[in-house]
Amino acid sequence: MEPHMKNLFAGLARLLSGFIVIISGASAFALVPQPAADQSEPIAIVGAIIHIGNGEVIADGVITFSEGIITAVAAADDAVDLSNHLVIDLQGAHVYPGFILPNTSLGLTEVGASRATADFEEEGDINASVRSAIAYNTDSEIISTHRFNGILTAQVTPQGGLVSGSSSLMKLDGWNWEDAALRTDDGIHLYWPGLKTRRRNPDTFRFETVDNEEYAGAVQLLHSLFQSAQTYTGEPLNLNLQAMGSLFNGSAKLYVHADGAKEIISAVRFARRYPIADVVLVGGREALMVKDLLLAEDIPVIYEAVHELPEMAWHDTDGPFRMPYLLSEAGLKVGLGGGATGIQSQRNLPFLAGTAAAYGLDPERALTLITKNNAEILGIDDRIGTLEVGKDATLFISIGDALDMRTSQVLGAYIQGRDIDLFGTQQQLYERFRDKYSKQVE
Amino acid sequence: MRKIRAGLSAAGLVFAAIISAPSVWAQDNLTPNGIADDRQNAFAFTNANIYQADGEILRGGTLLIREGKVVEVRAGGEVSDGYFEIDLGGRYIYPGFIDIYTGYGIPELEREDANGAAENLFSSDLALNVNDAIRASFRASTVFSPVAETRDKFRQQGFSTVLSLRADGIARGTSALITLGDERASESIISPDAAAHYSLSKGTSTQSMPSSLMGSFALLRQTYLDAAWFAAQSPRPFTDESLEAWNRYQGLPQIMEVSNWQQALTADKVGDEFEVQYILKGAGDSYKRADLIKATNATLIVPINFPEAPEVDDAIAADDISLVDLKHWELAPFNPGILAAHDIHFAITSAGSGDDFLKNLRRAVNSGLPAQTAVDAITRIPAAMLGVSELLGQLAPGYLANFVISSGELFSEDSLLLENWIRGKQHVLVADFDDRDGRYQLLLAGVSYDLELSFEDGKHKAKILPIDDESESRTVTLELGNDLISLSFALEENGDRTRLNGWPVTGGWQGNGRTPAGELISWQLLRSGEIEAEAEASAQAAAESAEDAAVPGPILYPFVAYGRESLPQQQDMLIRGAMVWTNEEAGTLVTDVLVRGGRIAAVGDDLSADGVLEIDGSGKHLTPGIIDEHSHIALFNINETMTNSAMVRMQDVVDSESINIYRNLSGGVTTAQLLHGSANPIGGQSAIIKMRWGRPSSELLIEGADEFIKFALGENVKRSRNSASIRYPQTRMGVEQVFVNAFSQAREYGKKWDEYRSLSRSQRRNVAAPRRNLVDETMLEILNGERYVTSHSYVQSEINMLINVADSFDFNINTFTHILEGYKVADKMALHGAGGSTFADWWGYKWEAFQAIPYNAALMQQAGVVVAINSDDAEMSRRLNQEAAKSVKYGGLSEIDAFKQVTINPAMLLHLDDRIGSIRAGKDADLVLWSDHPLSIYALVETTWVEGIPYYDRDEDLVMREQIASERARIIAAIGREN
Repeated sequence: MEPHMKNLFAGLARLLSGFIVIISGASAFALVPQPAADQSEPIAIVGAIIHIGNGEVIADGVITFSEGIITAVAAADDAVDLSNHLVIDLQGAHVYPGFILPNTSLGLTEVGASRATADFEEEGDINASVRSAIAYNTDSEIISTHRFNGILTAQVTPQGGLVSGSSSLMKLDGWNWEDAALRTDDGIHLYWPGLKTRRRNPDTFRFETVDNEEYAGAVQLLHSLFQSAQTYTGEPLNLNLQAMGSLFNGSAKLYVHADGAKEIISAVRFARRYPIADVVLVGGREALMVKDLLLAEDIPVIYEAVHELPEMAWHDTDGPFRMPYLLSEAGLKVGLGGGATGIQSQRNLPFLAGTAAAYGLDPERALTLITKNNAEILGIDDRIGTLEVGKDATLFISIGDALDMRTSQVLGAYIQGRDIDLFGTQQQLYERFRDKYSKQVE
Repeated sequence: MRKIRAGLSAAGLVFAAIISAPSVWAQDNLTPNGIADDRQNAFAFTNANIYQADGEILRGGTLLIREGKVVEVRAGGEVSDGYFEIDLGGRYIYPGFIDIYTGYGIPELEREDANGAAENLFSSDLALNVNDAIRASFRASTVFSPVAETRDKFRQQGFSTVLSLRADGIARGTSALITLGDERASESIISPDAAAHYSLSKGTSTQSMPSSLMGSFALLRQTYLDAAWFAAQSPRPFTDESLEAWNRYQGLPQIMEVSNWQQALTADKVGDEFEVQYILKGAGDSYKRADLIKATNATLIVPINFPEAPEVDDAIAADDISLVDLKHWELAPFNPGILAAHDIHFAITSAGSGDDFLKNLRRAVNSGLPAQTAVDAITRIPAAMLGVSELLGQLAPGYLANFVISSGELFSEDSLLLENWIRGKQHVLVADFDDRDGRYQLLLAGVSYDLELSFEDGKHKAKILPIDDESESRTVTLELGNDLISLSFALEENGDRTRLNGWPVTGGWQGNGRTPAGELISWQLLRSGEIEAEAEASAQAAAESAEDAAVPGPILYPFVAYGRESLPQQQDMLIRGAMVWTNEEAGTLVTDVLVRGGRIAAVGDDLSADGVLEIDGSGKHLTPGIIDEHSHIALFNINETMTNSAMVRMQDVVDSESINIYRNLSGGVTTAQLLHGSANPIGGQSAIIKMRWGRPSSELLIEGADEFIKFALGENVKRSRNSASIRYPQTRMGVEQVFVNAFSQAREYGKKWDEYRSLSRSQRRNVAAPRRNLVDETMLEILNGERYVTSHSYVQSEINMLINVADSFDFNINTFTHILEGYKVADKMALHGAGGSTFADWWGYKWEAFQAIPYNAALMQQAGVVVAINSDDAEMSRRLNQEAAKSVKYGGLSEIDAFKQVTINPAMLLHLDDRIGSIRAGKDADLVLWSDHPLSIYALVETTWVEGIPYYDRDEDLVMREQIASERARIIAAIGREN
């Protein structure tokens, strides 16, 4: 059978002239996009600038995928069998691996200021047994806004306390959490207590930084927990200790959340006292100051504070912008997360990588921070993170550089080969009022 | 600054001191418990070195005092009959010190529990002011009671007189001038209402208003107006003892306490508005801009509470110490000297330094403060400030016999204050002082030992020096008085003790004692010379203090990291061959731009100009400076709490030292509207600034800019996140009524004044003027088209509502800001003529933002609204170019139109588009040179000019980073040496 062409982007010219192209048909208003059906036929994307996600680019490339799995990634002049394929000619647009957003409460909350929608923080200091996956709401309005910028996988993470629970890696398309799960319970999250705490002085009414009097007690509590978990026999039944078994049998990673240099030292030394294979640092604002420890202990960093002000007036004005570069140059494995901002703004994850590129990193290397590196750090690089044969066809198409808001225009996206609907509520509202004002202008 | 010069000399003429000044303040009607004990207390202090008012020391003079007053200061040693002679043997006499800022003997108010998280909207129900922070009727003299322990501490530092106030409230009432003798309260107070006090802090008042610095300034202004109006009412329309007292005490010295030099300037300006020259009690940081402080003409009250050295041993923790704190540690001791060098008149207070007062004063003298100025600052100047120059501050006939006796010159390192005479009565500070420290020979049972006698920390100490290189010195337990001496020591390590007692003889002491074995022995201790080490140390101290006197580090403009030692200069320049984003008809093109005198002189190809700096712009982009329509950077406070806070002015609280100004420049931002927050439907008046980094706040404000005010709608003004809130309004329904009410009231107010103004002069004499009300005046400005509204807004219903309210009162909403659902009513906005200043892609952070879409800017633009993208955020404001780019991504605006949303469009919304926002001959040279396309994430700012002055330059920034690092290292090393 001959390859059949689909001019998916008939509206390309229109789009470039400034109008959005809606790929799928409009859904009924006020409903999130319908989850996509399974890939029904092999697809070939040709004429594409293919960003592998590992630092390499194919300037004019072909990528094929079938039954949700990538079957070929090649230069145009390599002979790739396209028979039976639905062929999509990108005419020089870009293909990227789906971006990966670590450490997010996406799907666990809708409006941060509204308590009824908050499902990301359980009561208590120790909540090792709670699992984010089962609270993940596939119908969250926020999800489609993330997909629109190329974020196709998220590590949905419980927050708060000392041990907040288990995160899960979720595909950002699915009928329900069970279908959306890419890997459940990938890790347990430890929020290292701060040595200092901010407190409002009752006399001066000003906030001041004081020693955290609860620090030593909290560390003791953690040691006690990890000691008991390591030696847990099942008797008597203890759900928290049972959940933590995954840390000791290697099926889950330990994510330690810490920002201050001293807290990072203590958290890393804590983690290394227990036989836990994989430890990841999340946050790491001052990781550079203790880079030798992180290098020696082989601990990667999910850095988040890119679009942040420097902590001190005397710090380099562009310090946070440059930090991904500096950490990478130091030899650390660096991923980027959006946890420093509210979830609605985490759709700007690609632009954190873009900022890292503007401030030191080679753009393709900056791209790896939210593709290959995040996948490796989250332990999901066997499935996603790079466009390589055998991995999931979780990828998207952008007309221009997806790390630059000036040029990022996501035209289409696939999760495990499923052609997902990018037309969310925001696009529906846009279209509705654009039409209204167009008519008025006429 | 007050136009009428009111410096030190004028301070005395502003009032008649209410001094109940008989010769002796005896409480005559007090019945003693015993028999009468009245005395003359006539003393002659001879052989004295007497400090004179002109700073000279009268050597070998005599001071005569009687009945608590100075009778005469005379040269030579002649003593009249009837005076008991005290031979001072060359010791020094200085006038007793005056501390003009203390809380001595005044109980503090307890802070009552606030009413949970609910607003406290009314004052306590007393016949006092409507605001509890106006405590003008408080009189310290009515609660003063001597406190021996505190009094002794003041005396110990040499003070004989203090001004006592209760530092609580914005109007704090009056202070009392109090002498520190042992008299009862009635006799100690020499002036019950010596000064009236003010501050910018509401103290223990639990009333919600004011909750901000600009609220404090507003309350101060309104109270001046209320008081004047109240005084003109006869009979009074109601009872307000606070306003009565406020008026009563306007004639006293008016002392205003501020927290930093910027507040000092603003407070002085407010004083000028009401023809009041405050004496400013500062915070010891005026050296940072002494020139500006000098220009206020105010006299100051200066604390010398120099900061302790920051903890720098922990390298990680040291990173959290600001450059400002490091530099202030180093420069604070130089503050008095720098003020003196600027010819600023000031008194020095022990407030904050307490027991370290004298030590710190010596340090200030070693750091450039002339000794005479230092003495004046604790004697003559405070006396003059309080109008008691004829009574206190020097030693001359008729003055109070308040003086200290010092072992040496006051500011020499080893001098001690020995006695403090207050109103002719002696108070011994250091008992048994003996200046016979030195090296002695101890002759004991035929053996001679070397002994060192020293006087340290107010105590005598002695040790027996080693006999040879093998042995160690032996500590001596010593008791030394005028008549008695006792010593005990062990001559061998762990040996038993020899114990000696004795009496003074010429050249030392002698006496008897017992050996360890109990035998009675004779001994002698005879002076053999100076302590060797001491001579060395004092030479070293002298060298150090000489070193001290030079200011060790530069003053920066502004005084913060990335401040400069001098301000950058305006450049005439020709920028050649850049891609120029004109925002004019010419569009975006490669051309040349000529700048002269801070203005754009020409735009065109192949320009030439002599003698100007040429900048190669090829491959780069040149744009107008970015304008942030909605910012809260560089403000000391953001929100006041009153539902209608129209009276507060953000320009009162602009912080010119905020690093975010520099960070904004690094992102190409040159102008911002600094808005009040959104806590209330009617917020405060905006400040529109340019980022003239290093200039004081008054010079940041754009001259002649139109006036704006912040309104707000929705969840924030309903206090939705505070479930305890009781403040009206709690619904959007109430929000509308707030506006209708405020504008209706303002109209009535305007009518009242119109009627009053239409009266003839003679008619006006029979009618009191209406009360001036700063809220109504501001609202009236809006109705009169003299002030423009920027309204925070979210959902379509409230946007629609405010348009209707404005229409019904016949004015326009200038700008809706946030305006996240503006896309739903953009046609109505366009029809009304309102602009929209919005976020690029913020949404969903609260319920009313849930239907916000990133296409909002494009849709509003489509409907004909002038659209700006703003930040409302100190971080994001330095990436506004990128936020503008999102209007291309979401909604497909052209790149030129998108970039206009952060330049000429906000300029239009601020009515400044004739001056800024585009590149055209005649406009301000507010320019940014970018490394790349200015909408791209890859673009870095290379240089930002404001009016042709390069306030940010990336190359210079890299140099400054090095300078900051080395300046920090230098100071940290100095701290290390000190420790």
